[in-house]
Amino acid sequence: MTRSTVGAAPVDAAALTTVGRAWRAAAAVLDPEVPVLTIEDLGVLRDVSVDPDDRVEVTITPTYSGCPAMDAIRQDVGSALADEGFHDVTVRLVLAPAWSTDWMSDDGKRKLLAYGIAPPTPRGDGPIALRLSIRCPQCGSGATRELSRFGSTACKALWVCEDCREPFDHFKAH
Amino acid sequence: MTADIGNARADDRVVSPADVVAYALRLGDDALVYAQRMGGWIAAAPQLEEDVALGNIGLDLLGQARSFLTYAGELEGAGRDEDDLAYLRDERDFVNAQIFELPNGDFAFTVARMLVTSAYQVELYTRLATSGDATIAAIAAKAVKEVDYHRDHATQWMLRLGDGTDESHRRMVRALEDVWPYVGELFESDDLTARLTEAGVAADPGSLEDATLEYVAGVLAEATLEVPNTHVHHRGGRRGVHTEHMGYLLAELQYLHRSHPGASW
Repeated sequence: MTRSTVGAAPVDAAALTTVGRAWRAAAAVLDPEVPVLTIEDLGVLRDVSVDPDDRVEVTITPTYSGCPAMDAIRQDVGSALADEGFHDVTVRLVLAPAWSTDWMSDDGKRKLLAYGIAPPTPRGDGPIALRLSIRCPQCGSGATRELSRFGSTACKALWVCEDCREPFDHFKAH
Repeated sequence: MTADIGNARADDRVVSPADVVAYALRLGDDALVYAQRMGGWIAAAPQLEEDVALGNIGLDLLGQARSFLTYAGELEGAGRDEDDLAYLRDERDFVNAQIFELPNGDFAFTVARMLVTSAYQVELYTRLATSGDATIAAIAAKAVKEVDYHRDHATQWMLRLGDGTDESHRRMVRALEDVWPYVGELFESDDLTARLTEAGVAADPGSLEDATLEYVAGVLAEATLEVPNTHVHHRGGRRGVHTEHMGYLLAELQYLHRSHPGASW
């Protein structure tokens, strides 16, 4: 059976094939815990394929092993595809390769910042460990410090700005 | 095929699915029981940020447990899913090491235990990330980033408390003495781990001991603490023999599901 597949790349809206339409519908699903990011922005959406009978298989990967948003994402992907006319949808969860914040799109990082969450810095797996300063999403100051290594969700830590004194979430490099 | 002595490859040997099920249950039970303990700190930790931290650590562990138990259930082929395995087995069916089921104690005990268990899990999952079993490898590759963060958290607290006030130091000395008799069980090999290590699926528990204890000893030295000298070694968890605390833990973990089968929200 032939199956059209789209890898992790956006599709030109002007030339939408069936699989392109399916990708676009799935890609627009928002993360329930950071509702300015789509699952495409996050890098959670890995693959969409459609067989000749319009059966769709969507592959997603969790950010953290225990991420409670995955069940909601699974349901939302199903309804988004149903709205687009696809009624036979399988959502497959894969663990490998393991998700990394390096998969977050630049657009996603801009949206996070505008939402008041300091985006993740590059993971720095290179030969020299380089710690980039975390800028305050409210005032832009680099004078910030970590209040708690853990935050409101598994993917965030709690920081505070020394200049404007506002606390803020930081999306941890992972 | 070229000889590859001392470097077992899974594809060379027949791996018994029942063995992999038993091993996945050990990994899953360790994570599940420990997640339940961490959840117990929510609203009871010394500060709000720590409620959040320990709750998040518990959530990571619960995710790891769900992956391992789901895999064990699928491979077993008897129709049991993660919920059946978590909620409908009795105490003697659980094969977690006893260190994970011990009550949280004071915060010093929780930190002392976490330093050891997270250091162990970092070594374990690093090795399992290259397991010949693709599912175990995938779960481990994901989990290793999480437990590394837990180890960092435990390390920072150990340094603050060990090298803190007289009282925090005194309590950490006592906590380490309380934890230590349960450490050895993590590194005990048996027939199951021997077969699966040979087959390239498991990490031999004994081979994780040096690296784990080297990390822990390094942190303790910096925290002005000493590795306890203990002659007592409790064991039996891998055979379903547990401490008197396990029954109470399972009662709390399983009550809802057993009273209201299939409950969900």
